[in-house]
Amino acid sequence: MSGDTGLVQSFEIVGGSFSRAGNVSMAIKEILVELGVEPSLILRAAIAAYEAEMNVVMYAEKGEMTLHVTPKLIHLRLRDKGPGIADIELAMQEGYSTATEEMREMGFGAGMGLPNIKKNADRLDIFSEVGKGTALDIFINIAAKQKGDS
Amino acid sequence: MSQYFHSVRINVDQCLGRRRCLRTCPTQAVRVRKGKATMLEDKCIDCGECIIACPTGAIVPLTDPFGELTKFRHTVAIPSPALYAQFGREILPDKILAGLKKIGFDDAFDLSLACGEVSFAIQEYLRDHKGPKPLISNACPVIVRLIQVKYANLIDLLLPIENPRELAAREIKKKKARQYDLNEKEIGTFYLTPCPSKMISIKQPAEKGKSHIDGAIAIADIYGPLLASMETEANESYRKSLENICILGIGWAMAGGICRTLRLRNSLSVAGLTEILKVFDDIERGKLRNIDFIECYACLQGCVSGSLTVENVYISYNKILKLIETLESEKIKACPDIQDVRKRYRQKYYSMEGKFEPRPLRPLDDNLAKAIAKRKKKEALFETLPKIDCGACGSPTCLTFAEDVVKGEAVFADCVIQAAGRGCGGASSAPEAGKEVKTDET
Repeated sequence: MSGDTGLVQSFEIVGGSFSRAGNVSMAIKEILVELGVEPSLILRAAIAAYEAEMNVVMYAEKGEMTLHVTPKLIHLRLRDKGPGIADIELAMQEGYSTATEEMREMGFGAGMGLPNIKKNADRLDIFSEVGKGTALDIFINIAAKQKGDS
Repeated sequence: MSQYFHSVRINVDQCLGRRRCLRTCPTQAVRVRKGKATMLEDKCIDCGECIIACPTGAIVPLTDPFGELTKFRHTVAIPSPALYAQFGREILPDKILAGLKKIGFDDAFDLSLACGEVSFAIQEYLRDHKGPKPLISNACPVIVRLIQVKYANLIDLLLPIENPRELAAREIKKKKARQYDLNEKEIGTFYLTPCPSKMISIKQPAEKGKSHIDGAIAIADIYGPLLASMETEANESYRKSLENICILGIGWAMAGGICRTLRLRNSLSVAGLTEILKVFDDIERGKLRNIDFIECYACLQGCVSGSLTVENVYISYNKILKLIETLESEKIKACPDIQDVRKRYRQKYYSMEGKFEPRPLRPLDDNLAKAIAKRKKKEALFETLPKIDCGACGSPTCLTFAEDVVKGEAVFADCVIQAAGRGCGGASSAPEAGKEVKTDET
């Protein structure tokens, strides 16, 4: 079970493009469905991917999300070019948001993005540099969950 | 191959393989093999779009013929409230029900009261509900199938309240059997349906073993005889004719009718499959958690625009709207007694007899490692295809073709563009290309 059993697929996300927002997470969800991943895991991955995608759309210039699936793990790797997060600990708090009034009016920016990703992930790594961008690595375990289920 | 019942039949002799159905199907359930359209049973949700699209009339809805009545000792017609919208302004429900008795039914039952009861039951359920939201109405069988097949995560949001037509048929059978001293099996209950999809919920209910309804007759099939039977009738007073009609129930015939007549503030009405897909995607992402209830119909205007209706859909939608407005302004309150409904609601009278279970599509492979390998193969194959979604191979898009090849259901040589050696052209000349290639844009 080395790297060659894994599926790798990358998607570009354009900052500020609200009309296409959600397409990347939708594509990721469809791939996981095709692979026959357990539905509750797909849901968690889809929500985490959506929140991560929306963060890029709302704040960054551009970004790339890469889905990596192996029989044991779903890994969502996100790299964006944008303002970065000054205080990650603060950003991880529910309700904290730097969203503008306009974004909030559209129903975004409730300060649930990162906390929601964390809630749906088995592991979340964040690295950010102010003025340059943010890197997110979201991991969801497959093997443990599917064994536990059956 | 007949694990699932479908209300859509393809007449192979009439099929010319023109592929309209292939491009129209919202769940990509059609394939053209050896020049003839075939249906992938697990993917079809019985929406009936292919029936409308077929230029040669080769795809037909499966409903019961009008002649089935003789099999029963006593027959009762249960018309969908959409039937009331099929005739001119002066032909009101009482006349239509009387007409049904003239053309051969022993009795005709106005479903609006049962619909009204269920509206109240929905209201009760929404008030008590503490679980995840929004709840989704189960009135449209296509929506139920769509959730079973594509949105397994939403299955618990389907309202576990029985359908009015099922409740009515259950009640009618009991009552008539007692009244005429017959066995319940000797009482034939016939739903007069605006669409073929009701057929699947009768022949193969999503949630229980057997329906209480014995057959479904297309409104289009009964329209002619019914119209002829009513012509000689004299007009009664407008108000008097409407006295027994429940406003809550009439709303069931059109999109938004349940929300409107119940005056639900925090609810939505969504109609049309493409819009519904977007809304369901949003629900999955947790975006509509603050909405209590969503009324969903596969057809654009709700049941009045079902494919087995006759009247122009805008006219019939308007007629239902006018009926509701008249009932409102005339202050006609022929509604069920809410105290009665509450009592029976507590006794679980309206509760769904079974439970909805997901019916997920088969993955590329049951083994995840193998599925991953197949997916990679599919991607690699897709890259070599022309990506113009011409459909000549018999699959709806190049992407589905790649999938069919990987699954062993098609062979690579079926791609005529490849075979002609012209290869990887752009998508520029494609008639409807791009729209259906969802998973990959790289």
